[in-house]
Amino acid sequence: MKDTLYIPGKETPNMPDYDSLCDKFKWENEFKNLERLPGGGLNIAHEAVDRHANSHLANTVALRWIRKDRSLIDFTYSDLKIQTSQFANVLEKLAIKKNDSVFSLVGRIPYLYVAALGTLKTGAVFCPMFSVFGPEPAFQRLSKGKAKVLITTTKLYQKKIKQLMPRLPLLRHILLTDAKQHIDEKVLSLSMLMDEAPDEYLISNTQPEDPALLHFTSGTTGMPKGALHVHQAVLTHYVTGKYVLDLQPGDIFWCTADPGWVTGTSYGIIAPLVNGVTNIVDEEEFDAERWYSILEEHRVNVWYTAPTAIRRLMRLDFKPLEKYDLSNLRLIHSVGEPLHAEEVIWGKKTFGMPICDNWWQTETGGIMISNYSSMEVRPGSMGKPLPGIEAAIGNIVEDKVQLLTKPMEQGHLLLKKGWPSMFRAYLDEEERYKKCFKGEWYVTGDLAKKDEDGYFWFVGRADDIIKTSGHMVGPFEVESTLMEHPAVSEAAIIGKPDPLIGELVKAFVVLKPGHERSEKTKLDIKGFSRKKLGPAVAPKEITFTDSLPKTKSGKILRRLLKARELGLPEGDKSTLE
Amino acid sequence: MKDEEIKATILKLLQEIAPDIDPEELGMDDNIREVFGIDSFDFLQLIIGIDKEFGITTPEADYGKITTLRSLIAYVKATK
Repeated sequence: MKDTLYIPGKETPNMPDYDSLCDKFKWENEFKNLERLPGGGLNIAHEAVDRHANSHLANTVALRWIRKDRSLIDFTYSDLKIQTSQFANVLEKLAIKKNDSVFSLVGRIPYLYVAALGTLKTGAVFCPMFSVFGPEPAFQRLSKGKAKVLITTTKLYQKKIKQLMPRLPLLRHILLTDAKQHIDEKVLSLSMLMDEAPDEYLISNTQPEDPALLHFTSGTTGMPKGALHVHQAVLTHYVTGKYVLDLQPGDIFWCTADPGWVTGTSYGIIAPLVNGVTNIVDEEEFDAERWYSILEEHRVNVWYTAPTAIRRLMRLDFKPLEKYDLSNLRLIHSVGEPLHAEEVIWGKKTFGMPICDNWWQTETGGIMISNYSSMEVRPGSMGKPLPGIEAAIGNIVEDKVQLLTKPMEQGHLLLKKGWPSMFRAYLDEEERYKKCFKGEWYVTGDLAKKDEDGYFWFVGRADDIIKTSGHMVGPFEVESTLMEHPAVSEAAIIGKPDPLIGELVKAFVVLKPGHERSEKTKLDIKGFSRKKLGPAVAPKEITFTDSLPKTKSGKILRRLLKARELGLPEGDKSTLE
Repeated sequence: MKDEEIKATILKLLQEIAPDIDPEELGMDDNIREVFGIDSFDFLQLIIGIDKEFGITTPEADYGKITTLRSLIAYVKATK
């Protein structure tokens, strides 16, 4: 299927031809398009906000916040410069220093965006958490990330954080976004602090390799790991915003992801602002009619969303173009999990343009492989590597990479290391970090194939990590929590394929003697895990079983459980206990 | 069917999906997802459960209109 979005002569994308840009692309040339700090440093917030606030874009809307009730607040680049400077001054007053960690646990409200960018101005590290996390995932992250400050709401503090405080001795301050008064010396009103803070701030002279952002991601073993990104990552945000999302002057851009996940930070905050466009933020959760009416009312030009949402939109029983004027919409991208061919084609039928799938992960910091507006879109494919990125397929034999060069051979998806937004560490886990690299290649943990024309095709994960609604869930952290329930003897977690959310978290539970396999026990375990983990991580389904399949060394064979669940061949069982 | 019966069925379904919640916390006009912090998948399961229980078919386009107990009860009564 030959299908490019742009008709030559009608519109000119930033990348009119993929191959010719690949030939001449140099990161250092793109770097010249950033301003850098007067002292020679590089700071994400300067590139995203202050640079534009000091230019002809000062009065351009940087952030349009749509409240749940649909009322609006616009923040120009100039407004955002003032507010982020005030926030940076608040942190300075609280004696937050360079490299200290500032966390958030809050929905999509302006303070989240102000806090993220204001933190970056000071040289401290910002770590956004998904507000639907339960107390345990929040604790893991706050504790491992050595959080000094947390921005949250009174309700979330009372419900999830207060109980953790004795276990978080390093957490010095909680800033409540909705409190009118300070509660005590530790729990403060953010608006009071902001009112008192000066609105000018000299940005810390951060260097490209200084830490900036911390995003936690799940592993197969152990608790979530903190992928650390540096200020240099802004170059990837800029380049992908320009060439993949094709952001152009005057554009209205909407990334539907929550900043609690890496997409919502890289593309829900940084990339659109670095590219000087207007960024839409909707406080509300998914609602099909609301989303279409936002696209219409705000004349969105470029829309970056996720397969889970696209599948929900596909359930609607009307044709959106008959009901809504979406004539401003020029480009739709999707990320989070692979977009099936039928979903790409549905986009073509529904909006007159295929939905461009792309691939990346927390560790890569930005889009690495993508379908592009000016290149033939192959439905079901991940697309081709971003200019400046080298991707390959390979086997790992005796700890070394052997590249596979024949078309459609399946192997590990590899990226040549050294791109600007590559993670620089797993926080305090040097060995775990080193294990991700084999020679000059970063091993992504995903399996893929490459066709004869250089398009990549996603196959699956090389490990047991579950991808649910586009988010990674590590089986170990869920199993550990289930084991804390008094009735549970053993537990194993798998991702059960689901037509809407990719995979749902499913638990197999072995009960301790004396506990009944009843619906009541099941609900009790489910409720217990939801309270601790939150609905985004806790199992949606629980099945009781007599025993779990294990290797001779006692490791749970999750793949065997999954094969049984799906009625598939059970594969190599030679290691079975 | 009386409002109270519909309400009891909805709360029963809700507790099966999210056994961690306390139905007492929920006022008639509260946004169910917000009060209990449930995700969109859970909410979808609730609507599917309601459809099955009351023999109705709720189109995706209506999901955004039925966010509270009061609106859900009215919706079930009007559709059934």
